[in-house]
Amino acid sequence: MRRGRLLGGVCVGLAAHLGWSVAVVRVLFVLAALMGGFGVVLYAAYWAWLPISDGPEVPAREGGRDLAGVLGLGALAVGFLLVVNGGSLGSWLTPVVLAGVGVAVLWRQSDDSRRSELLAEVGASARATTATAVRRDGLRIALGLTLVVLGLVAALASRGDVLASLRALAAALLAVAGLAIVLLPFVLGWWRDLAAERRGRIRSEERAEVAAQVHDSVLQTLTLIQRSASDPDEVVRLARTEERALRRWLYTPVGDPESTFIAALESVVAEVEGSYACAVELVHVGDLPRDDRVDGLVAAAREAVVNAAKHAGGTVSVFAECADGGAEVYVRDRGPGFDPDAVPDDRLGLRESVVGRMARSGGTATVRSVPGEGTEVALVLPASLGARSAT
Amino acid sequence: MTDDVTTTSDAGALLRVVLVDDHRLFRAGVRSEIGDRVDIVGEAGDVDEAVRVVRSTRPDVVLLDVHLPGGGGRAVLDACVDELPEVRFLALSVSDAADDVIDVVRGGARGYVTKTISGEDLVDAVRRVADGDAVFSPRLAGFVLDAFASGEVVDDAEDALDVLSPREREVMRLIARGYTYREVARDLVLSVRTVETHVSSVLRKLQLSNRHELAKWAKAHRVV
Repeated sequence: MRRGRLLGGVCVGLAAHLGWSVAVVRVLFVLAALMGGFGVVLYAAYWAWLPISDGPEVPAREGGRDLAGVLGLGALAVGFLLVVNGGSLGSWLTPVVLAGVGVAVLWRQSDDSRRSELLAEVGASARATTATAVRRDGLRIALGLTLVVLGLVAALASRGDVLASLRALAAALLAVAGLAIVLLPFVLGWWRDLAAERRGRIRSEERAEVAAQVHDSVLQTLTLIQRSASDPDEVVRLARTEERALRRWLYTPVGDPESTFIAALESVVAEVEGSYACAVELVHVGDLPRDDRVDGLVAAAREAVVNAAKHAGGTVSVFAECADGGAEVYVRDRGPGFDPDAVPDDRLGLRESVVGRMARSGGTATVRSVPGEGTEVALVLPASLGARSAT
Repeated sequence: MTDDVTTTSDAGALLRVVLVDDHRLFRAGVRSEIGDRVDIVGEAGDVDEAVRVVRSTRPDVVLLDVHLPGGGGRAVLDACVDELPEVRFLALSVSDAADDVIDVVRGGARGYVTKTISGEDLVDAVRRVADGDAVFSPRLAGFVLDAFASGEVVDDAEDALDVLSPREREVMRLIARGYTYREVARDLVLSVRTVETHVSSVLRKLQLSNRHELAKWAKAHRVV
């Protein structure tokens, strides 16, 4: 659609094409129109035959220049003949042209509205587009109808007095109204069919999306599980990873997934679960926005979870709680545990990396382990100045 | 929760259990896993069938799926809880959407466990529920802590339903960390009985509280 157009966009398009001002082109058309309707015929010819351009930069109705030339000449000839003959034909010309323009506006209108319907279906901002389109189209429908009615009145008036012509017009409108009532059910039925069809299409698109998701994830995973049926750990790992992915797809609200503490912790847990054959149960309360200190906590929690997965296996419980700008993470396993007084080297490594990280973030880490009962790592990040809870 | 079995109801006879889940495969799995330690007297795959089976068998415990065709686990609870107060319900679900879980617990379930629970833990949870205690998985404890987030102290007896006592909060936090009731008791220097009392009291608050934040919170959180 042409921006800034009044009727069909011919003047705007021509002005853009010729590099003239729109106002100049319009004035020329109006002057031509006053010369026995010649400008109107020319305008209609351009309008009907030049292609419509949608791009704001491309001149509208450009491209059919040869055709336009021929038509322009034809219109010129017709106009010339009309101007020369004048008289009897002239009295008919104005009303016929007027009504013609009105009908043309209406016809173009139906084309445009169908196009805007299509656009609305495709476009993301469907609602806004349609709303403005309806408002603009309403104006044009009114314009077209007015022109048609004016044309009819003028045509009838040219044969008799105005009162008689109005009476005839009323009769005609009555006939049209009758026709409309007869046709209304058909039109409504057609409209309903269209709406139903559209609904069906939306449904089938949703189905297709679900099918694609199932195919990409669940079916692939099931295939992998069949292939590694002899390895129970691998089967568990695959199933857990898939479950997590599917759950995220089903339940996670749309939004930035990596901007908060819990989101970061979730992805860390998912990653560790994917790398080690163990289940990590994450329970969380509240949330925090991410910053450097929170990232330090997440990194320390990752170390703790990795160690639990490596040394204990089974189910690892992770509990994260945010309150008053601070955060606490507890990583608990049910592994063999160890005697804190006789720490093996790798456990010492865990301790150093976790404790060191937490200290750099301004927090503390404590490891509690009882042989035979598992290990719990507690990470505490106190509230920093200016930090606020995001809950 | 395997190591602190209370055996008050273990008078020789097996507990009678009804399985309600719309997945036949899952029911078969549960049956094969715990069928020798409890007496599974009936199964159902939707709400109507569940209500029928529960009425006719009057089991000790119903293992109830949160999501069921015909209205969900909540519909089964609504139909049975008033009529059969001696039947206890334990919610069992893969759905971790907080609003679904809270809804079923408020509907009268004595607890909530996830379907990934081991057979041994499940048997223990069934026993606990049959004894009239509450069973909180770490996840449910997390939901509760989140729902009762604000820690303000209220003296009014009516409003006391809307907040957790400091002790209850401590118990919930330890359960959320993956502690068994026995470990909670040891950590807080309490008896297991006292821990059970605290948990039951939290369950009651969860069921009876009119705290509108609870419903609002549950709606807003579809926690993974």
